[in-house]
Amino acid sequence: MPERELTFAQAVREALAEEMRRDERVCIFGEDVAEAGTPFKVLSGLVEEFGRERVLDTPISEAGFTGIGVGAAMTGLRPVVDIMFGDFLTLTMDQMVNQAAKAHYMSGGHWKVPMVLRTTLGATRRSAAQHSQSLQAWFSHVPGLKVVLPSTPYDAKGLLKSAIRDENPVVFFEDKMMYKLKGPVPEDDYTIPFGVADVKREGDDISFVATSSMVQVALGAALLLEKEGISAEVIDPRTTWPLDEKSIIESVKKTSRVIVMDEGYGRYGVAAELAAVIAEGAFYDLDAPVKRMGAMHVPIPFSPPLEDLTVPTERAVFEAARKMCGK
Amino acid sequence: MTTATSKTEASRDLAAEKEKWLRAHRQMVRIRLFEEQVNELYTRALMPGLAHLYSGEEAVAVGICEALNLDDYITSTHRGHGHCLAKGASPDRMFAELLGKEAGYCRGKGGSMHIADPATGNLGANAIVGGSVGIATGAALAAKRLENGRVAVCFFGEGALGQGSLYEVMNLAQLWKLPVIYVCENNLYNEYTHYSETTAGTILGRAAAFGIEAETADGQDVRAVHEIATRLVKRARAGAGPAFLQADTYRYSGHHVGDINREYYRSKQEEQHWKSERDPIQLHGKWLVNQHYADAALLEGIAAEARKEMEAAVKFAVEAGYPAEAQVSEDVYA
Ligand SMILES: Cc1ncc(C[n+]2csc(CCOP(=O)(O)OP(=O)(O)O)c2C)c(N)n1
Repeated sequence: MPERELTFAQAVREALAEEMRRDERVCIFGEDVAEAGTPFKVLSGLVEEFGRERVLDTPISEAGFTGIGVGAAMTGLRPVVDIMFGDFLTLTMDQMVNQAAKAHYMSGGHWKVPMVLRTTLGATRRSAAQHSQSLQAWFSHVPGLKVVLPSTPYDAKGLLKSAIRDENPVVFFEDKMMYKLKGPVPEDDYTIPFGVADVKREGDDISFVATSSMVQVALGAALLLEKEGISAEVIDPRTTWPLDEKSIIESVKKTSRVIVMDEGYGRYGVAAELAAVIAEGAFYDLDAPVKRMGAMHVPIPFSPPLEDLTVPTERAVFEAARKMCGK
Repeated sequence: MTTATSKTEASRDLAAEKEKWLRAHRQMVRIRLFEEQVNELYTRALMPGLAHLYSGEEAVAVGICEALNLDDYITSTHRGHGHCLAKGASPDRMFAELLGKEAGYCRGKGGSMHIADPATGNLGANAIVGGSVGIATGAALAAKRLENGRVAVCFFGEGALGQGSLYEVMNLAQLWKLPVIYVCENNLYNEYTHYSETTAGTILGRAAAFGIEAETADGQDVRAVHEIATRLVKRARAGAGPAFLQADTYRYSGHHVGDINREYYRSKQEEQHWKSERDPIQLHGKWLVNQHYADAALLEGIAAEARKEMEAAVKFAVEAGYPAEAQVSEDVYA
């Protein structure tokens, strides 16, 4: 039998539905999550199955309902809080950073905050500066939070299940442009552990360490490079915290060249951290300086020809890699 | 005073009155026809991004902005085209912005949800719900401090009532007696959810809690909105502090142009009712005719002229060029 395929959005929905069937405590809240199923239609059908007691529409009150998520998680529920656009995460920062992330530590390990904050990232949707950001670095910076960046439907399902079962606050980023991407997704109840990178493609000449939206870009660039006789390895950390440093360093030691890519800003971002990890762990094995590729250091412009310049493309990665490999 | 002069004064007043209401009509028609072109551009895939149409709500923007001076401030929302036009923006540069062209108000960098125009006191449309409540209140603080007599109007949808920062700034505005008017455009829906499901208590009760002067207006009646706005603006200018206006209205289209199947959150009959019974342009047009300020031909002439203006503006925008690549990293810092 051929493997079943789902879109990324369907994989997310399936993980939620299965977890909600498995565990009564799991509930969802956010703006237009019930009948509307979110503007991206990711949650369509869930309110019909689980009812409005467990799929709750909220007012446009991100700070408030994220805080409610924290408190409910501490006291017996397992909330999955929906923040429609990653840009609105800025409104949740105090609740996530000062409350959720620290409650366990500050209470000497007494309180736990088993909640998931699901949100989106990514540009090139012509949504302009307040609807296009990729803010995963902000959360990866905070001890106490875990940060998940699935890049395929398969990973989305397995990682979201792990996120819901985790005893800690987890921020789960979905690439808006990936919702329609199809891929094999088993019907079984499987989980993917955090902190385990996945080699999406094996290669010998150069490593691409890529997250979320950038994994597809890296794979595309790898195909272009293959025609030039360059073999690229694509490795996806899948979670920026915990981070599978070992697998990344091993890959780089093997290939001796590396480009790290993340759709957040390269400066002070996830790409910067990955570059530092590689510099610390594989410096003497490198044949070229580590290269970072991320969003250009500007607010995302609306105008399509400008917006397209701000995000690394297959072509740009291909050119950079070719140069690094001396071809 | 002789009878003759008071008669000429009276007829001059009448002429001014007539001109005022014809102008309000023209402004509403221009907004409606602007949005028709947006819809067209969007459905023909000529406009990137999202388009949130203001059609149906014209009397609110026009009734209020007609009570403002050019240098008074406004802040706007994702559904901002009407506010921008009513405050005096020109449609050609607006369309250019909507298409991401260099000639646009923001050199193509902002798009539909971020039009800003210092020349008309427009501090900017905002794609964060509630994102501009602080900005408008800050502009009012500056106006007070600089004693320039300006007021600030903060437009927002009833969805923004969910945002806590609104209450923080309303409290401050009242404590500091700032010349700011919070205009809550209640079009009944936060995206795809009826506001009654997201809003406990009453809307005006929120303003009342801070002792802020609060009123409700029929947002389909441009004269009613204008009458209240004029009063609140005058009050604010005189130093009496902030005010809150709830304007009850309706958006005719989906939340954005792509929101087509919407029967799961509101019925076609409801939409039809507002369009045929409560249309601000029709209602005002009828009133103009009843007052003998206009006849059908005059109203048609206004519409024809506005249509021509909008077509020319679209043409300008379509033919305009995109910004040069180097622009991408300009304007990040002042
Ligand atoms: C902080 C924030 N949360 C959510 C959104 C997504 N969003 C855009 S418009 C909208 C509904 C706004 O409703 P309302 O304020 O009533 O304005 P209307 O669209 O009805 O004009 C939502 C939830 C946003 N832009 N900003």
